[in-house]
Amino acid sequence: MSQVVHNFTVSVPHWSPYIKPVELETASQEQLDAMKVTPSSKKISEYVLTLAHDPESLAVRSPLFNAIMYGRAGLPPAERELGAIGSSIVNRCVYCAAVHGARYNQLTKSTELVAKIFADETEAQLDERSQALFDFAVELAKSPPSLKAQHTNALKELGFDTLGVVDLVLATAIFGWANRLMHVLGEPVKI
Amino acid sequence: MLTPNIIERLVGANENSPLALAIAERAEIMALSQASHDAVIIPKEPGGLSHAERAALAERIARLSNSEELADHYHACLETAGGDENLYVAANPEQAAFGDERFMEIIRFTDLVTRKPREATKQDIDALKAVGISEPDIVRLTEVLAFVNYQLRVVAGFKLAGDMQ
Repeated sequence: MSQVVHNFTVSVPHWSPYIKPVELETASQEQLDAMKVTPSSKKISEYVLTLAHDPESLAVRSPLFNAIMYGRAGLPPAERELGAIGSSIVNRCVYCAAVHGARYNQLTKSTELVAKIFADETEAQLDERSQALFDFAVELAKSPPSLKAQHTNALKELGFDTLGVVDLVLATAIFGWANRLMHVLGEPVKI
Repeated sequence: MLTPNIIERLVGANENSPLALAIAERAEIMALSQASHDAVIIPKEPGGLSHAERAALAERIARLSNSEELADHYHACLETAGGDENLYVAANPEQAAFGDERFMEIIRFTDLVTRKPREATKQDIDALKAVGISEPDIVRLTEVLAFVNYQLRVVAGFKLAGDMQ
């Protein structure tokens, strides 16, 4: 029996869908295109196979996600991950938090900050710069969003420019989307 | 000039302002956000979830999230799609939604995924299946709800970024 993971962890679990994923053998051409299936890349995750039930949105969301998280210039990659983590904590997407917590640790070569966030969640006490980024993400991720001028001003005082703030908004918001897919359509299980 | 990009139109950054320049730097993201909007609100293949239903749910989510201008946009989408009266009622969370069993379960799911996604469980997906909603339509529905929750946060965040200067 697989065991559902309820606590935040950087040990990335397996994602198990509540919906029967599309089967590669019977997928339509539009679904194959949306999943970017090519003769050389046939290994598709269950998450992508589940989302392939709606190929129109999958086809545009994947490049959107990549442009937001991995696009050039602007907010540094690790700080975009902090936006992803803030949203995933608010929405309790254990799978998303694991993937992006692990990525943050890999980028920063440190585990301390993510460990604090996983322990104390939205109350975590961080260094000034990380705190301003994390609090911004948490307030924007709440429903309804409760981001205020004080949060953007805190970033400005720390030297962030408008592009940096725009990038943090995007990284947090795209997880408002991703969390609502991964946490709602399936669950993390121990491998 | 009226931009066809809804996020840019609602944010309304002043020409050559730092926000307008930052948004221009992220033009690819803006174009893909608009393509995502079209894919979930007016898809070529809507499955069992009509364009009118999608617009009504999007308006409801925007209103639940205090995003009034975005709600007005979706209200216009609903009028274009031409929905039944119960869709107009459901689009406004201050009114008591009514409809058949399937529709009421969709409304309950919309509110849960918008307001308290952390509380969603397998039982909520099973409840959708129990009222006859197909698995592809459950994915389509969740994409609509999740996308609007993305879009309204981009609009809210960008507006504050614009006030920062």
